[in-house]
Amino acid sequence: MKAWFRQHLAAFSRAVRRLAAAPLNTLLSLLVIGIAMTLPAAGYVFLDNIHALGADRANVQQISLFMEIGASTREVAAVRKRAEALIPGQWRFVPRDDALRQLKNTEGMAEIIAALPKNPLPDAFILEPADSSAENLERLYEQFVTFPGIAHAQLDSAWIKRFNAFLRLGIQTVNLLALVFAVGLVAVTFNTIRLQVMAQAEEIEVARLIGATDAFVRRPFYYSGILQGALGGLAAIFFLLTGLAVLNPSVTQLASLYGSDFTLHPPGFVYSSLLVILGAFLGWLGAQLSVSLALRHMK
Amino acid sequence: MIVANHLTKRYLGGFEAIRDVSFEINAGAMALLRGHSGAGKTTLLKLMGAIERPTSGILTIGGQNLLTLRKKALPFLRRNIGLVFQDQKLLFDRPALENVLLPLEVIGLPLREAQRRARAALDKVGLLSRERAYPIALSGGEQQRLAIARAVVNRPSILLVDEPTANLDDESARQVLDLFAAFNQVGVTVIISTHAPHKIPGRDLRILTLDHGQLLL
Repeated sequence: MKAWFRQHLAAFSRAVRRLAAAPLNTLLSLLVIGIAMTLPAAGYVFLDNIHALGADRANVQQISLFMEIGASTREVAAVRKRAEALIPGQWRFVPRDDALRQLKNTEGMAEIIAALPKNPLPDAFILEPADSSAENLERLYEQFVTFPGIAHAQLDSAWIKRFNAFLRLGIQTVNLLALVFAVGLVAVTFNTIRLQVMAQAEEIEVARLIGATDAFVRRPFYYSGILQGALGGLAAIFFLLTGLAVLNPSVTQLASLYGSDFTLHPPGFVYSSLLVILGAFLGWLGAQLSVSLALRHMK
Repeated sequence: MIVANHLTKRYLGGFEAIRDVSFEINAGAMALLRGHSGAGKTTLLKLMGAIERPTSGILTIGGQNLLTLRKKALPFLRRNIGLVFQDQKLLFDRPALENVLLPLEVIGLPLREAQRRARAALDKVGLLSRERAYPIALSGGEQQRLAIARAVVNRPSILLVDEPTANLDDESARQVLDLFAAFNQVGVTVIISTHAPHKIPGRDLRILTLDHGQLLL
């Protein structure tokens, strides 16, 4: 066990020495790997943030019923009665005057409202059923949409479906992007390791002649690939955090214009660790393919 | 003990570098492989060093038949055989000590112990004071001795040497041959391939003469 550990440690130090021996090449490789990982990683972080934003809003599953402007008291009472019968205590009535008052309190709207000759808002009912399943909401929606006096019924969960569909499309796109860049990363590592093997050809030949096993020859190159991938992953995290730090003030400012306190959250520890592990794995894969091919040629 | 029985090595294209060769070399013996250039000496050394596989026949080293030995077992057999190549195969990008350390790295010896043994090997060939010198800074004779130090640092039971005195002056050649005799005296089987008639010091000297891949009796 000790000898095994010692050999791995020696291979690891040899890999570090090889990377350090060509600092410019190593730096350029790390930059390429880092950038290749940053693009899909940024995509995932962005989608994750958007998903979290959607999830906050998705908790509010409601149906808004807007009465006709001239709806009679009897028609309003009928809706009230129906709502109470179907979902007792899970609805509220928003009189048009209250709605106007709320709108006035919204920043920048007071002057606009004051300029209007009369209240343009209708009375409204907000239905918030305890059973907020899509089926129940759809059923309730169908029962009110054609009700007398109701001008417009809005199923507020519909946008969530559209939002989720867009999110799915986004994830698929980023997945494809990640796949392309993963292949790119393997190719970059493959080439770097191939050059290293070529540069070490003499040493490999001698080592084999004096009894080095294939594992002994391969090990430093595997570590080299793993190191490059992992360091590339760290570079990607650095680029990502820098990008978020640059973008966040603008995003926060934009969100505040829409009355939201939304900010882009940086990737967490688990996500960052996965990125480094994935980089290391892809680096190892590139090294494995490269060393196998190069050694086969050398035989 | 090295035993060859009807040993043949045929390369692609049908050229037979070694043809139906049989011999025995006892453990601890010293043997001289002689013959003109192209006689098959280097090929026979490569076969005995497990660098190449025989095409047919039997070649056993320490009881292990090289024809049937599993590929994965070859590196472990090679660790028991010291090889000194005609072109030395030194690593010119590392100093003398690190060249000698390589076989010990391969077997995973702790660094301190490896350095101690490498220095002892360098001392044995008279190069301890040059441990930090790069091979390019060594003379031909010193390079040859460095290659010997690397070959013996693993304490092999067999030492295979290919044309050790080529490109060396008489004095350097004598020093190198004396070294082989010294290793042989402590029980190492030494097999030297040469086409030049040098006086080889040593006991129980066995001479094998090759001609066009065949052993002359």
